[in-house]
Amino acid sequence: MIKLIVDEKEIETEEGRSVLQACLENGIFIPNLCFIKTRQQPHASCRLCFVEIEGFDRPVTSCTEKVREGLVVRTDTPPVRRLQRMAFKLLMSGHPCEAKVCPVKGGCQLIRTAKYLKVGLNPKPLEFLEREVEEEVDLTFFTYYPFRCVLCGKCVYVCREKNEHNLLTFAQRGFDTVIGFFGDIDPTDLPCHTCLACATICPTGALIPKPELTREAKSNP
Amino acid sequence: MSEQKAKKRFAPIQSESKHRMEEQKRESIPTIFLVMSTCGLASGAAETKQAFEEALSEKSIAARIVPVGCIGHCYAEPLVIIDHPTAGFPPICYYQINADRARILVRSYLEGGDPVLKYVLGAMEENDLIPAVMDFPRFSLEQRLVMEHCGLIDPDDIHQYIARGGYSGLVKALDSDPEEVINLIEESGLRGRGGAGFPSGRKWRIARTAEGDGKFVICNGDEGDPGAYMDRTILESNPHQLLEGLAICAHAVGANQSIVYVRAEYPLAVKAIQKAIKSAKELSLLGPSILGTSFSLEVSVFQGSGAFVCGEETALIQSIEGKRGMPQHRPPFPVEKGLWGRPTVVNNVKTLSAVPPIMVRGAEWFRTIGTERSPGTAIFSVVGNVKHPGLVEIAMGTSLRTLIFDVCGGIPNKKEFKAVQIGGPSGGCLPASFLDTPIDFDSLTQAGAMMGSGGMVVMDEDSCMVDVSRYFLDFTQKESCGKCTFCRMGTKHLLNILQRITKGEGRDGDLELLETLSKDIKDGSLCGLGKTAPNPVLTSLKYFREEYEAHINEKRCPALKCRALTAFYIDLEKCARGCEVCVGCCPVDAIFTTKGRKKAIDQELCVKCGECRVACPPEYDAVFKVSPPELAPVIERPPEDIKEKK
Repeated sequence: MIKLIVDEKEIETEEGRSVLQACLENGIFIPNLCFIKTRQQPHASCRLCFVEIEGFDRPVTSCTEKVREGLVVRTDTPPVRRLQRMAFKLLMSGHPCEAKVCPVKGGCQLIRTAKYLKVGLNPKPLEFLEREVEEEVDLTFFTYYPFRCVLCGKCVYVCREKNEHNLLTFAQRGFDTVIGFFGDIDPTDLPCHTCLACATICPTGALIPKPELTREAKSNP
Repeated sequence: MSEQKAKKRFAPIQSESKHRMEEQKRESIPTIFLVMSTCGLASGAAETKQAFEEALSEKSIAARIVPVGCIGHCYAEPLVIIDHPTAGFPPICYYQINADRARILVRSYLEGGDPVLKYVLGAMEENDLIPAVMDFPRFSLEQRLVMEHCGLIDPDDIHQYIARGGYSGLVKALDSDPEEVINLIEESGLRGRGGAGFPSGRKWRIARTAEGDGKFVICNGDEGDPGAYMDRTILESNPHQLLEGLAICAHAVGANQSIVYVRAEYPLAVKAIQKAIKSAKELSLLGPSILGTSFSLEVSVFQGSGAFVCGEETALIQSIEGKRGMPQHRPPFPVEKGLWGRPTVVNNVKTLSAVPPIMVRGAEWFRTIGTERSPGTAIFSVVGNVKHPGLVEIAMGTSLRTLIFDVCGGIPNKKEFKAVQIGGPSGGCLPASFLDTPIDFDSLTQAGAMMGSGGMVVMDEDSCMVDVSRYFLDFTQKESCGKCTFCRMGTKHLLNILQRITKGEGRDGDLELLETLSKDIKDGSLCGLGKTAPNPVLTSLKYFREEYEAHINEKRCPALKCRALTAFYIDLEKCARGCEVCVGCCPVDAIFTTKGRKKAIDQELCVKCGECRVACPPEYDAVFKVSPPELAPVIERPPEDIKEKK
């Protein structure tokens, strides 16, 4: 077991864990969207899980730092909050959703993050960025909502893990990046009917299985 | 290792190469060296070559045409060096030789013995007849280690490189212990020429001690900065020096596999390196048991598809693995866990090409060039508003002033120097007050720019710094891979704000927002692209803030560059009655005749192309450009003119 100090509190964890996982397992919340605990190499793309660690001159992402004995971590310093709030506002500047219409039961991960960071769901002082994407995209088995998607990449990862190769992937680049689907294979050969891993893991309700598919999945578990 | 196995095996190869060169000399027929790399071909070297061939056969003159790589003098392309041993002159370098001039050279010089002085750039050797190029600052202030042979040898002929001492560094390395080689590189203080300046010796040592078989060496030739072409030129002009460096590195770290990563947009470079690998294999300088030693090295070429972000080493590795070119968090660094999870050294083209001279001449010699903390030379592609743009290799520590004003001839058209962008889209814009900054890794970083891979854009007084920032952000924003939040969304926000400002729609608070956002993107991004993308904004805000303020507060572009903030008008005092030149060149019929039979511009129709200003005869010089546009006097179009238009 390894002992480390987080926000002046000593916690215990196992070797090989990331600082983020150690904190989450010990009831210390750090905002995150792209973290998957079984993932060997963290994706580290959402840039929300910043913490300050003694010995580093600026905040670091806690998903990429491995725990070490005696590590001194702070999750709530002004530089940490500054980066977290900016990352959140950047995400919200491409995510026009409102709490009232959120399709995720009990509100999605973004609403929880906003409450935690004590910020609104609007991107102010940033402007809302117009994106040239459709509201809804048909991905054969799912409906994909680009405006809800925060490109955390969890769906891409779990799809690969469960099916050994990607059916979902990132498409386009930069600001235009979206999730794409290799839909030109005969859909009857695809495991999507029973898998649903991507839709289940999506933190923002951006991938919604088509109703007929959900019914089928429920009837043959 | 003491028996010098490689040296013994190499000796006959070397004498064969030397013999070939001597044979050619003994023939004593003229040799025409013609620059046939991308820059030369773009300026018409292929037509020049054809003209030479035709003229030579017409006159039945025996001469050899040797296509060579780039010598770095882009302003002088197509560049030709003629060695005419019986004419009584040393080899002469000619500039801007088009097809017509080629025919003249054949007739006058090769046939008639007159060297046609008006096309001469300089002689290649000191002599009493023609000034030598070595006496010009563009040559004398340069110090060439990496580009020593570039432009002087045929890149397709391995013997020319060997005859000039090539591959003896590899031979020496093969006969030494890998530890010694790493010690030598560490002692030399060589730092990575890709931008960050990480000590190469240390990188090699980590790779050597890293656990795991099947190590790789990758040469990073994924050059993508706008206006930068150092790697391309080296690959096209002397691929063997790079391969030699690559092999020395692989031997030192214990790798048997290596990859040269080149962009597919560099077809000549790809061809040159593939040919070079083939010829080196034929002479057992690459491939299985090199020169009879136990060291084998496979070299393959990987063509990148042109994503800027793939110049980042982790993204480059992903792309070789067939994945989307997205950077990964470091650590683990590629030297520990790189391509296919194996320890991988990723070194830039210039870094590897600097290795053979160090191997041959030693670490101490290398340290005599450059500065204490940045030994050696720096290669820049100097472009923009300079008289003599091109590729320049100078000792580290040379000042920016020397490079821009002495080596490259300063700013043309009697304009003032305004700023220099160093390090491409990741670098910074430095103003005139930084001209005395020495060029080395640490000084440039301290000034807010960075060494980068060697792109340098010089700008004169007509450049608008807000517009320049907008240009670079447009580039990085497009090239972002879209993985992490700060880079994907943040650079887009920066671009939008800058675009607004250049359109005259800047607002209070924009500059502060640019600064906070830039700082957060720098601190929050995952990879080097995002961490450095805001640099052009931050440095130009720091050094040219008043320009941003003029755009926002006065809706004025001081450099008269931003279209929305400028207007053209015709000074009625200067305009000549009856002259119609501007009317004819206006693409949108915005120029009309006033009551006094002079001309005026309809501001509503004008698209601000500036053609009228160019066309107006210099004796009148009546067209002016102003900012803000309200400064242009309003002249009503005569009502009958409007009717006629309808």
